[in-house]
Amino acid sequence: MEMVPIRDGFILAGALFALGLIGVLVRRNVIFILMSLEVMLNAAGLAFVVAGARWGQPDGQVVFLFILAMAAAEVSVGLALVLELYHQYQSLDTDAASRMKG
Amino acid sequence: MTIVFYVAGAVATVSTALMITRLHAVHALLYLIVSLLAVSVVFYTLGAPFIAALEVIIYAGAIMVLFVFVVMLLNLGEQAARAERALLKPSMWTGPLILAAILMAEFVCLLTAGSSGRFGGAMIGPRGVGASLFGPYLIGVELASMLLLGGLVGAYHLGYRKTPKPEVG
Repeated sequence: MEMVPIRDGFILAGALFALGLIGVLVRRNVIFILMSLEVMLNAAGLAFVVAGARWGQPDGQVVFLFILAMAAAEVSVGLALVLELYHQYQSLDTDAASRMKG
Repeated sequence: MTIVFYVAGAVATVSTALMITRLHAVHALLYLIVSLLAVSVVFYTLGAPFIAALEVIIYAGAIMVLFVFVVMLLNLGEQAARAERALLKPSMWTGPLILAAILMAEFVCLLTAGSSGRFGGAMIGPRGVGASLFGPYLIGVELASMLLLGGLVGAYHLGYRKTPKPEVG
């Protein structure tokens, strides 16, 4: 029973992060952008857990808990903003809100 | 045991790639949930069972419920029933079902493997994480609680609908 090599764990985290980044850059729907942000945060946490498992320390898992709390706060505020955007523009397209109005 | 890691990683990557290419938000949510479950299996194979459980409970449970709630809230309308019938076509949920079945097979394999299903590295359970979290990282816990309070107040403020004042003659 050998351990998973740290390189493969980082490759997986990097691939998930890149997919999330592509989603943020390509999609114009706010809900898709928020979901891709979740994927990116999750991939960053995965990298921390991989590194923590490599040295057998709990610090990586502790940092993942902080990322989890941050993602929960981010998504609650973000979804409230999505509802506000929909009430303002009747659309979820980010281009609808490209102009700020004082 | 490492094969479980690679299969779960492949499932996570494929379902995330399918997630960012879906046209409708509900289909993307199905794939995103499968992706989070696959990452949870990856956490288990890395020797972090506590984090794997939290990933399922908080990410795939609480946060995804928020997403589903908002997507369904924005979907209301007279044609909502017709739209839902179109959304729940079998061709739409067979993809997530197959990927989830792969994860389920891995789960059964891990359960039946017994002692040979152990992974190579040291497993760090909730005890080690808790001792570290409330020891050297106590200030981080306090800061996270303040962040969550800020998120709560912000979401309440943004979601607050002002009721129109009655006209006073």
